[in-house]
Amino acid sequence: MTEPDTVMDPHDTRPGIPDDDLHAWLDGRLPEDQRHAVDDRLAHDPAARDTVAAYRSQREALRALHRPLLDEPIPPALQAAAQRLADSRGRTSQWWRWGGMAAGFALVFVTGWLSHGQWQAVRGGETIAARSRGTGQEFVRQAAVAHAVYAPEVRHPVEVAAAQQEHLIQWLSKRLGRPLKVPDLSGLGYELVGGRLLPGDTGARAQFMYQTPGGERVTLYLGALDGGADATARQETAFSFSGTGPVPGFYWVDQGFGYALAGKLSREALLQLAQAVYQQL
Amino acid sequence: MRQATTATMDRHTIIEQIPGLRRYARALTGDAWAADDLVQDTLERACSQWHRWRAGSDLRAWLFTLMHNLFANQARSLSRRAGSGVQVDPDEVAGELRAPDAASDLALDLQRCLLRLPVEQRAVLLLVSMEDLSYEEVASVLAIPVGTVMSRLSRARSRLRELLDAPAGDLAARPAAIGAPMLRRLK
Repeated sequence: MTEPDTVMDPHDTRPGIPDDDLHAWLDGRLPEDQRHAVDDRLAHDPAARDTVAAYRSQREALRALHRPLLDEPIPPALQAAAQRLADSRGRTSQWWRWGGMAAGFALVFVTGWLSHGQWQAVRGGETIAARSRGTGQEFVRQAAVAHAVYAPEVRHPVEVAAAQQEHLIQWLSKRLGRPLKVPDLSGLGYELVGGRLLPGDTGARAQFMYQTPGGERVTLYLGALDGGADATARQETAFSFSGTGPVPGFYWVDQGFGYALAGKLSREALLQLAQAVYQQL
Repeated sequence: MRQATTATMDRHTIIEQIPGLRRYARALTGDAWAADDLVQDTLERACSQWHRWRAGSDLRAWLFTLMHNLFANQARSLSRRAGSGVQVDPDEVAGELRAPDAASDLALDLQRCLLRLPVEQRAVLLLVSMEDLSYEEVASVLAIPVGTVMSRLSRARSRLRELLDAPAGDLAARPAAIGAPMLRRLK
């Protein structure tokens, strides 16, 4: 190879193999007769051979680039997004399929919880009936499923850990379509573990998980409620408590957003946490 | 080609596309977080526009189209915000700090050089080389004529060759940029 360096002008494949043919030849896109024609010309064109060799190794390097990603497990957030796409296409609400057995298993408990649930609302000491019960129940059911599935999770309780809190907030804010704040519950002994994105029946949901040093976990589940057909769903409600299931929790609606705080705690402890959340949002 | 399996849109066929989308997005953005965000955005966009997808047409190509449009918009607003085209996205930095993973030096170099290509050239080069799309498919994904695909491919390859051949220090001294202007080629 005594040819001058072609780095400065790699297009200069002088004896005129058209540039397009060179690329098509390299990419295996030339019909056979043309391919042979290029083969012949390359045999007499060392500069073009150099160029082709460089491009070929480039092409191979690109095909190898990030290849391990192809075998990586698909992150749950992307699986959930794929599920939403399949659902929006099929128009069937199959959100519960996601989560598979675990969610189905949890549903059994949750249904029991709801059918026996005592719905009460507390605000300023007086008890009032919770409004928009239908949507609220569905929302709370989903929150409880999410809690039951993820709270016992040892290795992957969250998708994005608290260490990347900034990213977590940016990401979930984008998904839920409004700027979110992550309430700080450290004053009550609960540190943020992280959060995840979940599919809900009226759009994306976020779940934040907190835990005590002793490993006691609570989850905050939130997302926009669809006001279209059922405007009452968006109305603000008092805190509603359900305490007879495996996961007691408080639920409320504020500015079109539903919130559910769940954990295996006393009603008083949960109320205190729910109020702390409410005051910070 | 997996025409038969991509002609419908159910969960399985969508999931099947994700690894490829993630890899392409990763090479396009050079950042693990940004890439998965882009894939997620793409799927969300598909959710809102699925009615525009023609059943029976190539799902993969359609998803690439959505992704490309999203990315082009992002890159435009990024370079507007950052002026000189230097990225200041905290996600980017987080990715750099977090994810040296198993990538070899060669792959890092290649990725760095890729990011120095103008976005349009990078997209063509990746779709042709990494994703093995035909020139016609690339033209339709990017909504440009085949002739433009060819000229971008040609410029991308020769530019990448220059970059890869350049001494490493020369590259490291310059920040990687999504919308870096192409250096003028010497005649």
